[in-house]
Amino acid sequence: MTTLETGFASPLAGYLLVAALLFAIGLAGALVRRNAILVLIGIELMLNAANLNLIAFWRYGPHPEALTGMMFAIFSIAVAAAEAAVGLGLVIAIYRHTNTTDLDKMNRMKG
Amino acid sequence: MTPVFYLLAALTLAGGLAAVLLKHLVHCALAVTVAFAGLALLFLQLDAQFAGFAQILVYIGAVAILIVFAILLTRGSELPKDGVFSRTWFVGLVIAAGVFAVLGWAVLESVSAIPEQSAVPQVTVHDIGVALVGRYVLPLEIVALLLTAATIGAVIVAMHEKVRPK
Repeated sequence: MTTLETGFASPLAGYLLVAALLFAIGLAGALVRRNAILVLIGIELMLNAANLNLIAFWRYGPHPEALTGMMFAIFSIAVAAAEAAVGLGLVIAIYRHTNTTDLDKMNRMKG
Repeated sequence: MTPVFYLLAALTLAGGLAAVLLKHLVHCALAVTVAFAGLALLFLQLDAQFAGFAQILVYIGAVAILIVFAILLTRGSELPKDGVFSRTWFVGLVIAAGVFAVLGWAVLESVSAIPEQSAVPQVTVHDIGVALVGRYVLPLEIVALLLTAATIGAVIVAMHEKVRPK
């Protein structure tokens, strides 16, 4: 029988639970808010939660000297930076076109 | 678990929650910066110094600034008239709660398979650099290409559209 206490006895489980909660918060932000920039912030939070998982597994996993999880997290940070640049560029382009960043009003593919 | 972990986890989660819930976009940007800083400190707590400082450089130094720029360029500091939450906010909340329930259940169920405690890995920045130009040199080059393409693409996408004479 697993309880919250035994879960937190292992440090890895604590980090994994924090990452899961952060992922859920980011997902809620991406699904609930109307502003496109807030949706991007939610996506960034989700990516960060995944990075926390990778680093935690690297730290408590069997072969930390192989650096697999660490490298994955570093490349993920680089890809997230590229994603943020392109995403915010798209938001600015859409704003120029439709004069709004409200996602509920973006319901047309053309013009 | 140490009190430092609980403190950093609370800071990170509070920053994330505030970023999602606050009304003003500028406040959200500040809150998400707090969440990024908390995550960087969690990385340092996990003995991943390089990833922690990369997190500070990339997220607090670049992504947070980009977000603030985007907010200022899109008049995001003005409050929308019909609320900040989407029409389908309840569905989104249910989906997020469901995802957290599944993830939390998976973590708590697999506690017995999780390694308990291990020695601090002795990894220096030198080791990471050698690995980056050795075993991981192809992903490194691909990421370099991706960053170049993303930078050029972002500039082209956000550039002023030229009015074509008809």
